[in-house]
Amino acid sequence: MSRQSTRRTALTALAATVALTLAACGAKSGETSTATTAAATADTTGGTVKVGLLNSLSGTMAISEVTVRDSLLLAVEQINASGGVLGKKIEPVSEDGASDWPTFAEKAQKLISVDKVAATFGGWTSASRKQMLPVFEKNKALLFYPVQYEGLEASPYIFYTGATTNQQIIPALDYLKGEGKKTLFLVGSDYVFPRTANKEIRAYAEANGMTVVDEQYKPLGNTEFSAIVDKIKSSKPDAVFNTLNGDSNVAFWKQYKSVGLEAATTPVMSVSIAEEEAKAIGPQYLSGQLVAWNYYMTTDTPKNKEFVAAYKAKYGEDKPTSDPMEAAYVSVFLWKAMVEKAGSFDVEKVKAAADGITFDAPEGLVTVDGSNQHIAKTARIGKIGDDGTITEVWNSGKPIEPDPFLKTYDWAAGLS
Amino acid sequence: MAVLTQLFTGISFGAVLLLVALGLVLTFGQMNVINMAHGELIMAGAYTVYMLQKVVTSAGASLLVALPVAFVVSGLLGLAMEMLLLRRLYHRPLDTLLVTWGLSLVLQQAARDLFGAPNKQTAAPEWLTGAVEVGALTLPASRLFILAVAVVAVGGLSVALTATSLGRRIRAVVQNRNLAATSGIPTARVDRTTFFIGSGLAGVAGVALTLLGAIGPSMGTSYIVDAFLVVVAGGVGRIQGAVVMAFVIGMLNALLEYQVGASVAKVLVFVAVVLFIQWRPQGLFTLRTRSLA
Repeated sequence: MSRQSTRRTALTALAATVALTLAACGAKSGETSTATTAAATADTTGGTVKVGLLNSLSGTMAISEVTVRDSLLLAVEQINASGGVLGKKIEPVSEDGASDWPTFAEKAQKLISVDKVAATFGGWTSASRKQMLPVFEKNKALLFYPVQYEGLEASPYIFYTGATTNQQIIPALDYLKGEGKKTLFLVGSDYVFPRTANKEIRAYAEANGMTVVDEQYKPLGNTEFSAIVDKIKSSKPDAVFNTLNGDSNVAFWKQYKSVGLEAATTPVMSVSIAEEEAKAIGPQYLSGQLVAWNYYMTTDTPKNKEFVAAYKAKYGEDKPTSDPMEAAYVSVFLWKAMVEKAGSFDVEKVKAAADGITFDAPEGLVTVDGSNQHIAKTARIGKIGDDGTITEVWNSGKPIEPDPFLKTYDWAAGLS
Repeated sequence: MAVLTQLFTGISFGAVLLLVALGLVLTFGQMNVINMAHGELIMAGAYTVYMLQKVVTSAGASLLVALPVAFVVSGLLGLAMEMLLLRRLYHRPLDTLLVTWGLSLVLQQAARDLFGAPNKQTAAPEWLTGAVEVGALTLPASRLFILAVAVVAVGGLSVALTATSLGRRIRAVVQNRNLAATSGIPTARVDRTTFFIGSGLAGVAGVALTLLGAIGPSMGTSYIVDAFLVVVAGGVGRIQGAVVMAFVIGMLNALLEYQVGASVAKVLVFVAVVLFIQWRPQGLFTLRTRSLA
């Protein structure tokens, strides 16, 4: 083979490799076709009422979202066993979002206009929520979204039953401050959620006499952390704030431990590691580290004992429950309470009835705030044990009012 | 001391790059197959450790046993690819790109179906979880182990290529396939062997990577670009080129990351490699042949 063709082949190979890999990794952003004319109304003429369950049952997010779907089904089953909603049994229609964000928008449209569901439950990534948002707003239909997210959003047709920033990240910072941690090292995946969260963390630190010694990002999926753990080791922060997502977490924790860093001297606060993730990363790497959520499988409420027992009875003894699963379970009961208060399945009437609805949830009492359609939740800091279970070490004592735009925090004035 | 730590970080990153690229030096460099499924051969090696730990309970023993076993597992997987698909595509390097890309998706899905979508974890032996302290320098034992594996793999491959009759045959086929065939070398069999060894080395890399990151269906995709980068910049088909380039890129990446952060460092490394290839299109070392083809 001549040199010329070697060169050409080599360059083509490199270019193609990069292009194909990027294509495979990158999230697709596509236009969604939402050709519809009028607001679809729920079909409630029969003896049943349909609701949509829209979760990724295939693809990279399936590992997390299938558990949410299972949890939603459990709630539906329990509500039906106790007589349904307004005397009608719930008939769940499950659709697969396939870890593909435009697919979420298409399936949402299908659930609204073909199945005529009264409400839809689901979504996990912020990307999928952002794709579904215009569909629900345009059709004036309801979505219940069960995952903690970066805040700064309040669609009139979405109920957010997971935590917004002031119910998760800010309490986590309050906890670290209370423990006397003065210097923070921020590490995150390089995309919108960690970058937004870290902006808020910096503003908080400045207002509270804490210092951010360094802020490091890794591309999603990257596994080379030697430089970062090395920087952590040499800058000796009081604590690390971790907003990494996905496979990078496994690499981070293995390499964090390999340079001799310990929870006792350099604790790490993580916001994306729940029971399921702890199991996959390996408890031996996580033992003693901190996480921030609103619910743990070990949360000590009578309702949680019932929830965990019912979930295990339906899906298997070895299945853990986690924060997003609990938030999904709760969302169905909140919708039921709203409908019953409104006396109607009509979306506008349900929305009008939402404010002040309470539910005795596994995480404790939750209350819907009608003004932003988030819910007041108790924040909890947990410590990961040797076996991967998470036990609570601190909680906010009472539910924290949701404040998705951080209006009640002076230091957040400059953020948008 | 900070400088020494950064140098070690660079070296250990270089060792990882070298390991993942070494197999490609053979399959891409010597045989001109653009093997997009190289990452999945790495994945197969990593899952071998996971499976072996079900049988061999001692973490240390299972890791050491996994090195040769993964070599064979990934090697056989590569051999099957070569015999069923790739040998029909020699002389059509761009078609191999598409075929192996498809194959990589198939293998990822197969892993997802066989082992499940969640990441698996393996136990690391006690002697590899700690760190060796040299003065103020902290050298993670797992990094030293990977460095050692890389050195042994490069050494073994060099010896095999230069000092054995198989190696001479491989080099003869690379330099002039027709002449080698005329001289009585069974080129088809040499191709199969080369592909087996190249794929096997990917399996060895997979074993080493279990010490660093996640074991999951898509783990291979995070290494494939780096592997091609090393092979192309090092000079296609040249082991010494891959060795030098792996450490240069590793070092560059590490030093830049300390200065400007990971994302920007990655961009700068790509820019540097692109400029370098503009300057030396054949890569660092070139294969000089009298072939007219």
